Amino acid sequence: MNYSHFVLPFTIGLIVLLAYMLVRFGVWIYKLDSDDKQRILKNIFSIKSLQAIKEIFTESLLHRNIFKTNKVLGYMHMSLAFGWLLLIIGGHIQTWIFYDRLSNPIYIPIFFEYFVHNKAGMLFGEVLTFTMDLILLFILTGVALAYFKRFYSKLFGMKKTTNLKLGDKFALASLWLIFPLRLLAESTAASLHNTGGFLTQNFGNFISGLIPVSFFEPVFWWAYSISLGVFFLSLPFSRYMHIPTELLLIALRKWGVKSKETFDAFADVELHACSRCGICIDPCQMSSTGISKKTPASYFLKSVRDKETNSYDALNCLMCGRCEDKCPVGITTTNQRLAQRINLANERQGDFSYLKDLNYQIKTDVVYFAGCMSHLTPGITRSMIKIFRKAKVNYWFMDEDGSACCGRPQKLAGNLEAMKQLMDFNKKRIVESGAKTIVTSCPICYKVFSEDYKLEIEVLHHTQYLNRLVEQKLLPVQADSKKVVYHDPCELGRGAGIYDEPRKLLTHVATLVATKHEKQDSLCCGGSLGNLEIEAANRSLIAKDVVDELSKPNPDVIATACPLCKKTFIKVSSVQVLDIAELIAMSIPEKNEKSGERKKITVLQEELV
Amino acid sequence: MSKFGFTINKPRVIDYDLADKRVLNYVLKNEPSFNLCIFCGSCTATCSAGNFTDFNIRKLKMFIRRGLVEEIGTEADKCMLCGKCFLVCPRGVNNRNIVLKVREALTKIESHEL
Repeated sequence: MNYSHFVLPFTIGLIVLLAYMLVRFGVWIYKLDSDDKQRILKNIFSIKSLQAIKEIFTESLLHRNIFKTNKVLGYMHMSLAFGWLLLIIGGHIQTWIFYDRLSNPIYIPIFFEYFVHNKAGMLFGEVLTFTMDLILLFILTGVALAYFKRFYSKLFGMKKTTNLKLGDKFALASLWLIFPLRLLAESTAASLHNTGGFLTQNFGNFISGLIPVSFFEPVFWWAYSISLGVFFLSLPFSRYMHIPTELLLIALRKWGVKSKETFDAFADVELHACSRCGICIDPCQMSSTGISKKTPASYFLKSVRDKETNSYDALNCLMCGRCEDKCPVGITTTNQRLAQRINLANERQGDFSYLKDLNYQIKTDVVYFAGCMSHLTPGITRSMIKIFRKAKVNYWFMDEDGSACCGRPQKLAGNLEAMKQLMDFNKKRIVESGAKTIVTSCPICYKVFSEDYKLEIEVLHHTQYLNRLVEQKLLPVQADSKKVVYHDPCELGRGAGIYDEPRKLLTHVATLVATKHEKQDSLCCGGSLGNLEIEAANRSLIAKDVVDELSKPNPDVIATACPLCKKTFIKVSSVQVLDIAELIAMSIPEKNEKSGERKKITVLQEELV
Repeated sequence: MSKFGFTINKPRVIDYDLADKRVLNYVLKNEPSFNLCIFCGSCTATCSAGNFTDFNIRKLKMFIRRGLVEEIGTEADKCMLCGKCFLVCPRGVNNRNIVLKVREALTKIESHEL
């Protein structure tokens, strides 16, 4: 007796799901551009595929990244994912041993306890029954936590959890029922045939006193099979689509496919790999300050998936990248949003033909590009000029009389065409100057110079450049007892990965104190050029929160490396806010020519500000 | 007589009955901070594009108010979106987004959506 009608819902559901996934994966890979396909072909039979399997094991099964966020949340995901896999493997081992052959109908391992009533003489029978019960118990604890999470998400380190749509509700309800129903089905079977382990046998004996088990046994098996079938069939229409998609995403990433700024098949894979776990909701400052509940990446990605994006939602984001850093699946949320901005951008993007008339004939070693924002914080540009002169650098202040914008704000607005016009203009000037290095004071400009301009010369942010000058002893600096906290600008930190140089530089001139949000976890000042919709008052709201956080260690100075952060903080901060360049310029020991004594640093400070 | 040297100037009266308020209404709906503008001109003083060419964002905003859609057209294309104008604004007007919304409105007018 190896068949019963109740296996049909499960079997049909599974086959339909597998066929659907095969087609879906095929279409995705087919739609990748030819470069990406080449990369896949090159890497598929290499160590990279093994690395992908390892990452699938640690991330999709053990959920290591979620463990890092919260242990209970990690345990919940691990018990369900890893436990379920163990249950499937265990079922297969039982089937292979019992029937003594490798090929069996696909439903046997799942409903093993229904078909096998006499395990006498089966190799490792007792051990396997015990193990299977243990795994089931392991999963059931995870399910219990999942029930609990719906009603009390704070336990999981999350203030908010995601809302559900209809497909999700079907899938969630069936997923919640699968394992309790398995327990009931196996327990009733165990009480009838005495084949259970410590969990199912005892539980079966217990319920046999409450209900007529011989009547309920087939009912529970049917229910178990239906819940599995419903879960498989509703999976493609629910957020649980992330389970199979994540496997493909990890593999594609390992094979060298990279996220782009325009929306392609890889971006679509990423989109469907979002589990809407909601881990991105709490780090989002737009959400945590109550400015916009819809901004967090999980909601935005959902709106893209449902084809409900609008330009307001796409533009109402600081593009700070905090969600991207926290995402356990590693979805490039910033690129996702940028891709939508590019899609929704107006065809009318600006005409900068007026820029062509300018002609400069300057030869130099170092180009200094202060950036538009630095022109609003003259302390920074003055400090940089002082430093260049002190270090006797042959420099050219490219945008001394005001500049054409670097193009990054155009990109952040999705206007790639306009960005190209500005880039062409600036690039020509930079190349013609014959410089070997370009130094910029603005992380926004730094990002676009280093990523999009494709310059053949070295691009440095001033913190990197100053750090080099100080370490090569080309610039004398004097240490001071000032207590300083450092605020990582988004574009420089998460955007460009520069965390160490600014910190090293600060330790040369002051005492650096740590804050709660350092490096990848740093907050956004709120001034971001990435958000085109936010109101001025709300910018200050975010800035106030961040300044409060930065002021906690009672610093003398809040140091930052971005003119925009500085400008935003100054409005709301009672603590002095200075750019690193200003701190460095202040700490250059200067000899008073008449008396030969060193000028006091405080006097210098007044000169600068 | 025509070479006498005097001509009659076109009247410089602004006829509000002829004002085309489509752009104004679109901007007000999508960027309400436009209402806060006191036309102080700080934005124009700091403008990056204004440094290279005759671009006056304050004037642009006045054209919007007066409903001079033709004059808006070429002006709105000069902005680089650098963002200095919103940083210096004493009233917190999101000037950058106004420019984007003006361009959107102009596209919509061209395609007869507005």
